[in-house]
Amino acid sequence: MKILVTAKRVEDPESKIKVKPDGTGIVQEGLKYKINPFDEIAVEEGLRLVAKHGGEVVVVSIGGKEVHEQLRHALAMGAHKAVWVNHTGPLDQMGVAGLLQKVVEKEKPDLVILGKQSIDDDQNQVGQYLAEWLGWGQATFASKAESFDSENEKNKVPALVVGADNKTVRVVREVDGGLATVECQLPAVVTTDLRLNQPRYASLPGIMKAKSKPIEELIPAGLGVDVTPKLTVTKMSAPPARKAGIKVPDVATLVEKLKTEAKVI
Amino acid sequence: MLSGYGVYQEEHQAFRRMVREVIAKELRPFAREWEAAGEFPRSLFTRFGELGFFGLKYPEAYGGTNAGELYEAVLLEELGRCGSGGVAAGLGAQFTIATGPIHLYGTDEQKRRFLAPAIRGQKIGALGITEPDAGSDVAGIQTTARRDGTHYVVNGAKTYITNGVRADFVVLAVKTDPSAGQRGLSLLIVEKGTPGFTVAKKLDKLGWRASDTAELLFEDCRVPAENLLGEPGQGFAQILGNFQWERLSLALGALGAAEEVLETTIEYVKQRRAFGQTVSAFQVVRHRLAEMATDLEAARQLTYHALRLHVGGQYAIAQTSMAKKVATEMCCRITDQALQLHGGAGYMKEFDIERHWRDARLGPIGGGTSEIMNEIIAKQLGL
Repeated sequence: MKILVTAKRVEDPESKIKVKPDGTGIVQEGLKYKINPFDEIAVEEGLRLVAKHGGEVVVVSIGGKEVHEQLRHALAMGAHKAVWVNHTGPLDQMGVAGLLQKVVEKEKPDLVILGKQSIDDDQNQVGQYLAEWLGWGQATFASKAESFDSENEKNKVPALVVGADNKTVRVVREVDGGLATVECQLPAVVTTDLRLNQPRYASLPGIMKAKSKPIEELIPAGLGVDVTPKLTVTKMSAPPARKAGIKVPDVATLVEKLKTEAKVI
Repeated sequence: MLSGYGVYQEEHQAFRRMVREVIAKELRPFAREWEAAGEFPRSLFTRFGELGFFGLKYPEAYGGTNAGELYEAVLLEELGRCGSGGVAAGLGAQFTIATGPIHLYGTDEQKRRFLAPAIRGQKIGALGITEPDAGSDVAGIQTTARRDGTHYVVNGAKTYITNGVRADFVVLAVKTDPSAGQRGLSLLIVEKGTPGFTVAKKLDKLGWRASDTAELLFEDCRVPAENLLGEPGQGFAQILGNFQWERLSLALGALGAAEEVLETTIEYVKQRRAFGQTVSAFQVVRHRLAEMATDLEAARQLTYHALRLHVGGQYAIAQTSMAKKVATEMCCRITDQALQLHGGAGYMKEFDIERHWRDARLGPIGGGTSEIMNEIIAKQLGL
């Protein structure tokens, strides 16, 4: 089977993010970047499925030349080929989904796996838009299932299982208060949650092989997608700094303050 | 994107990112714990073996990847940043000094017996040169190996041996002909458990506290003659041959450690406040950090120059010695200034700076002191 996975370039969560004083964005100097952690989980899941069912993993990223770093990372993990949508400048979730739709129509994968959201702007919309526009089934927030309530499914079950006939995929989703299991007809769109798997390191032989794996370049105009954002960010601001705590002399004062000031009881 | 400084290619930098991830997850969080324990888990050797880190410059036939010395250089720099000089030293000794001579001078049989399991991390190796009365003065070594039929009988003592306590084998510098000076030197592989080979003691140290450093004793220790590397009397050239990479490895590790300390210090001064402003707002602090960064960059360029010459196949003995001296001394200066910039916090065990400061001090001593480096350089100048 053919699986398309995404590899968005995002700010390294270890970096210290600072908002520009004028609120137009974040300070880019000195920032490190890496693959969106949710996308890395998607790459890992794609590789595991292909190891079981055969086929190939195609990784796609949208951005300037610098996203080659994330594409090469996915290739070094084991992805077979890469698609680079060469685009710089602002892009909203509809722009991303529109570009991915064209890549999907071109690559014709059986399954698309994306991170449920990217850790930079936390939109959590691209997978859903993509499934809708393709007219495919979607299963969001695929997560690792430790156990199920029903007796015959008590044992650990993989969160993402492709049916023996390669026509369906069963996905365990993380939902409020528990897990839900859904089955989709293939082709389908799946988005990954944090606990789905533990991504592998890129291996040294993988890194050396990645060098010679192909990266195909596409441009939005060539795909016939208008990526003019319908959404603009008007202002960014840092969350208010946490105030220092206080010490209370006794329990009575604590209860009083929780009631009157914090208003939590 | 990480700059390659004209030395490293994109794939080396990809490898660097992978090594960083491994170190961030599996080494750095435990640096303090291992420092307190005075050792790191033996399982790290097998873990590094699995990751292929011990076989970067060794042939596939013995389980290596034959990726090349530049990959190993990346690993050495990043190990320098792991937060523990001792861990870096113990793991580093495995792929630089312990297995290097076996790879360069061993027979196929010796490589299968010692190199291959060391690449897998299943056997720990050590290099035994220094003695109570001889170190860089290699020709003055007192440990003897007298031929007796199919065996050598080894007598003598070694000291300051990294990985010595846990080593499964030691590549030992011995005099096979005590009357022949440096021409009487040989390298002999001695296995753990050979009768007459004992670990006299584990040494207590200022820094590198997570690494095991031992004094080894050999009393009528009978070692099979097939464990000799090359021919008797080739030891001097063999030791000198591997000294180049050992010295480069110390320079590269010093770059990594200095880089880590500089970054930590920059973060610290941006947060620490005094007299109503961040410490980083004081010009004296800003300029001090600018000078530290410049110092690091200068040492880096000299080290990379020596590295380029070395991987290009040159026996760059002067440049390598210069780089070793300059980079390790730079690291001492940087850690010392970083400690100062941390003020009282720098002197406390709660912060990592004091450990870096102690670890860095070994640099201008181990693998040939700065004074020995100067002697080598002077000799190259025709003095």
